[in-house]
Amino acid sequence: MQYSVCDYLLDLIQNSVESGASVITLDLLESDDQLEVCIGDDGCGMDNTTLGRVKDPFFTNGEKHSARSVGLGIPFIIQAVEATGGSFDIKSEKGTGTSLYFSFFKGHIDMPPVGDLPGVFRSLMLFDSDYDLLVHRKNIGKSYRVSRSELHEALGDFTDSQSLVLLKDFFSSQEEDIS
Amino acid sequence: MAKLTLEELRKLRDNKKHEIQKRETDNKEIDVIVGMGTCGIAAGAKDALDAFIAEIDKHNLTNVRIKQTGCMGFCTYEPTVEVKVPDMPDTIYNNVSVDVAKLIVGNHLVRKQLVSEHVFDRPSVDIIENK
Repeated sequence: MQYSVCDYLLDLIQNSVESGASVITLDLLESDDQLEVCIGDDGCGMDNTTLGRVKDPFFTNGEKHSARSVGLGIPFIIQAVEATGGSFDIKSEKGTGTSLYFSFFKGHIDMPPVGDLPGVFRSLMLFDSDYDLLVHRKNIGKSYRVSRSELHEALGDFTDSQSLVLLKDFFSSQEEDIS
Repeated sequence: MAKLTLEELRKLRDNKKHEIQKRETDNKEIDVIVGMGTCGIAAGAKDALDAFIAEIDKHNLTNVRIKQTGCMGFCTYEPTVEVKVPDMPDTIYNNVSVDVAKLIVGNHLVRKQLVSEHVFDRPSVDIIENK
């Protein structure tokens, strides 16, 4: 089960990567009382029938694992959002891409913990696929933007331990700056 | 920590690369693949990944590729980690906590000895056959 906001982010961005997206955007915006997330991708998208069914926890298209019921995890995020009085929206067009929005009220008693943001930002960069991920992070008045391609250009390969340490250091320093 | 710019990140990387090039005699040959599906994360795979990165960096093992993958199909035995070292059997470890991750780096990667008590011996047939 997902526990923190970071767990949902990893799941949802993985969906975008597996949809064959070449560009994925992630906006993670915090105000005094709200945390909002927008994810957009130019992956394979879904038709209206499938889009309606992904909110059903018992739906799977059976393609990822033939013998297991594996879905997109959308019902989990809807459940968490509804428990905090936040909102959720998903739009998709077959062949064009998918966009998704959710928000939490930070002061709500059922607000999940945010989790380790530098750690998850690093993990979001590590999926084994050719995609760009544009991160826009804002905390009240301060913000930063960075893309996977810029980080690749600065660090080279993301598979050796030195790059991975520096990648997390980078996000930790950015998060510290806006906190 | 002072805020790092991309330029500073590039310089830090270049400095490290220089150090690596002085030491490195062979290409990357060892793979460490951490299962980061929902099940793995729920069981602590993020901590295991962090531990592998820190420990491999500490031992200066520059010939290791660290990757994350989705669910390997062994949800009750998470976190699971696959380790591929030349001239050793490809091995999947189960229940890899931070301490087990450190053991795997020290024993399997450095001393070339299996961490026998965490070797996973009941593969999930439907997933393996699909690979």
